[in-house]
Amino acid sequence: MLDLLKIFGKPKASKEVAKERLKLVLIHDRANVSPQFLEMLKSEIIKVITNYMDVDESALDIQLTRTKSDDGESTVPALYANIPIRNIKSSGK
Amino acid sequence: MGEVIVVTSGKGGVGKTTTTANIGVGLALAGKKVVLIDTDIGLRNLDVVMGLENRIVYDLVDVVEGFCRVKQALIKDKRYDGLYLLPAAQTRDKTAVSPQQMMKLCDELREEYDYIVIDCPAGIEQGFKNAIAGADRAVVVTTPEVSAVRDADRIIGLLEANELKNPKLLVNRVRIDMVKRGDMMNIDDIIDILAIGLIGVVPDDEKIVVSTNKGEPAITDDKSPAGQAYRNIAKRIMGEEVPFLNLEDDGGLMFRLKKLFGIKAT
Repeated sequence: MLDLLKIFGKPKASKEVAKERLKLVLIHDRANVSPQFLEMLKSEIIKVITNYMDVDESALDIQLTRTKSDDGESTVPALYANIPIRNIKSSGK
Repeated sequence: MGEVIVVTSGKGGVGKTTTTANIGVGLALAGKKVVLIDTDIGLRNLDVVMGLENRIVYDLVDVVEGFCRVKQALIKDKRYDGLYLLPAAQTRDKTAVSPQQMMKLCDELREEYDYIVIDCPAGIEQGFKNAIAGADRAVVVTTPEVSAVRDADRIIGLLEANELKNPKLLVNRVRIDMVKRGDMMNIDDIIDILAIGLIGVVPDDEKIVVSTNKGEPAITDDKSPAGQAYRNIAKRIMGEEVPFLNLEDDGGLMFRLKKLFGIKAT
């Protein structure tokens, strides 16, 4: 009875948190990219995008993560970029 | 022709030395001729874990520098037939030995012994490179913690980059009670993340501390759960197929049985 209560009442098990954090950190470790590499990539991306629109550079979030591959069989590295746009420049239209 | 097995982990304190000692004794008890090499120069500990610290005359550095012959430096363990220890030097550092010298030493020992088990230092620097240089197989020790699993992943990558394919995983210090309530990653979780084969699962066991206090590896203790796990691991190293204990179920049942009979759960 106590076991049943535990199953339904408890928050996410801490091992799930451990797994998620490990999986993320291992993507970076395995990809073997340095923080400098990501910074360079970030500044290049901003350089290109700002030609066309104003972006909020302080809120920029770029990271290497992993995602399911197209066939859904394996996981592959993915470049995740969240770039808040302030205003689209008229010259870009 | 003997085999050279390196016991490594990346992270310190996960049980490489204890594992090396127990595997060594297990193989010797099975009638094999075994040499254990401590490559943790400057921070040697395999000697105390084995209870052989008072018998050191020469060490690994003396051997590779040609100051003595290998035979002179090997300490024969009088309790277990066919078991020898080559201790690390305590007053030098990792650069006192090179990977080439280790390869040569391993080749020499391979001629006469069935197994050469190398206790690797923590880290990924010179000491690690020395320890893996002459190895044919690798055992990667981890515990079910994020830090240890992360370092194991890095080590697996480095082993494979150094042509040590197919390393095997040993998960140490598993707390069955914590796994059961979801507060510790289980074996499947860890295997899923690291994607390598399993050689053994060693439960967390107070008897390891007791046996280390005495300098007698726990593998000879019939009542030690960790000792039982190491006996199975030694058999798997020799190519025997031994089923893995289902820690979660066995633990649960034992736990409940013990409770039923009023025995304090360990």
